Amino acid sequence: MHTGVNEAKQSGMPESLLPSPFADLERFAQTWCLATEPERFAQRMASTMSEMQAFYAASFPRIGEMLAFCDAHQLGDLPDDACRLLQLVHSTIMVSMCVEIWHQPAVIDAAGARLDRVREPFP
Amino acid sequence: MDQYPRPAEGTWTEHYPDLGTGLISYEDCVSPEFAADESEAVFKRAWLNVGRVEDVPRAGSYVTRELTFAKTSLIVVRDAQGQVRAFHNMCRHRGNKIVWTNAPSEETSGSCRTFTCKYHGWRYGLDGTCNFVQQESEFFDFDKSAFGLIPVHCDVWAGFIFVNLAESPPQSLRDFLGTMVTALDGYPFDRMTERYDFSADIACNWKLFADAFQEYYHVPILHSQEATPATRAKTQSMGFEAPHYQLDGPHRMVSTSGAPRRSWPEDFQYPIEVATRSGLFGPWDEPDLGDDLPGVNPGGIPKWAIANFQVFPNLEILIWETGWYMLYRYWPTSPTTHRYEGTLFFVPSTNASERAARECAAVMFKEFALQDAGTLEGTQKALESPAAQTVFPLSDQEILVRHLHKSVGDWVDAYRRERSEAVRHA
Repeated sequence: MHTGVNEAKQSGMPESLLPSPFADLERFAQTWCLATEPERFAQRMASTMSEMQAFYAASFPRIGEMLAFCDAHQLGDLPDDACRLLQLVHSTIMVSMCVEIWHQPAVIDAAGARLDRVREPFP
Repeated sequence: MDQYPRPAEGTWTEHYPDLGTGLISYEDCVSPEFAADESEAVFKRAWLNVGRVEDVPRAGSYVTRELTFAKTSLIVVRDAQGQVRAFHNMCRHRGNKIVWTNAPSEETSGSCRTFTCKYHGWRYGLDGTCNFVQQESEFFDFDKSAFGLIPVHCDVWAGFIFVNLAESPPQSLRDFLGTMVTALDGYPFDRMTERYDFSADIACNWKLFADAFQEYYHVPILHSQEATPATRAKTQSMGFEAPHYQLDGPHRMVSTSGAPRRSWPEDFQYPIEVATRSGLFGPWDEPDLGDDLPGVNPGGIPKWAIANFQVFPNLEILIWETGWYMLYRYWPTSPTTHRYEGTLFFVPSTNASERAARECAAVMFKEFALQDAGTLEGTQKALESPAAQTVFPLSDQEILVRHLHKSVGDWVDAYRRERSEAVRHA
């Protein structure tokens, strides 16, 4: 699977996973640079609200800058670090559901229901 | 006080007098006998959508579909001439399932020139012809041309692939779909190829889940959080009213109207919606689809927002005025469970911002669909209790719920009449 983070590990782990203007978000990259929605949803359900609030507080205000950085490239041809940055935006969207709407990791009244995203575009 | 005009009869329901306005039973969602007859009467007679032409883009592209209700698996394939065909996924030699990858019970897809049986190596062309039999001369009085894959009626409308399991379907696909649905001919479904596919096994009858997506009366309540805290009380006190409902044979539709969410005041949006210019109602930056979008607004209502077509029996095509659509399918897996499939379709993203907007729409779709999934399992359980040996009211805003259960009931009744006639004449 193309996870970005794993590739970085295999290639001897560069000092940073994200483009340098986003060094302040580096501390969230290991956890939240996830390539697929199933991974992001699982990470959200496995996280505490305080963990997600800390990530959201740092990343939400920078969504515009992150997307502007990525928009300088063709979507199908993003460099690895920009690709991970877009994954961080996707994860910010995921945690925003918990932070802005539910105020808890799980959807209210979803009970044990599952809805699996079985196909999606990459990145 | 009505927000929108209603038909001369005073209500949408009474505009269609066959529907009645009486109390209804949900026995059709719990009874094993009803479910068995429904499989025969509805699912083995109606045209069923099993995919899009984009699923089988080139000659030799195929997908398999597991149709639990019919205890069969189908191969849907594009042949060398470009025609989309469907076959039972079974070798004519000793009945082995021909196409599977990880496990026989799992659906798969791929591309090939011939289908080769894993068991004894019999081979079939893309048109189903049996064209190779291992040690053919060992068989007795044998003509392999009589042993092609067993075909299933298959046709395409607007890029949607349908099959019909009946031996000879009484109606062509187009006649079956009727004028209200086929008026969508020419809508640019083919441009919306960026897909987000969802699948779920849900512990309720398929009709109960379909009902949750064909009435919006529940939205301000069950999905109260769709409204921001600033608007929630107002949304709940207003309730929901649709500007247009329409029935055509067993098919039905509802329109909604309203200003696009992007034009609402900022505190009517969640911050993530503003940040991604997207949300539950889809991306704010609309693709240019041109002005000629046939069939999407059959009621001719001002400021239409959603056109939600419920194609009998188990397909929903929901078109957003803002230029994207959703497709839902409900496949019965037992009297009290079903497999739900939902897909969001967009014009492909050209940059990361557009991709993030589509991601936000897909994420929010799942959040609120999970509320339906959780809740409807409770409905199923309650309807199985002795308390449910009763009848229930439906409002005018639930006309489509009434119509689905009536349409299914009518098909089942017709089937039962034919069956008892056949017994009498036997």
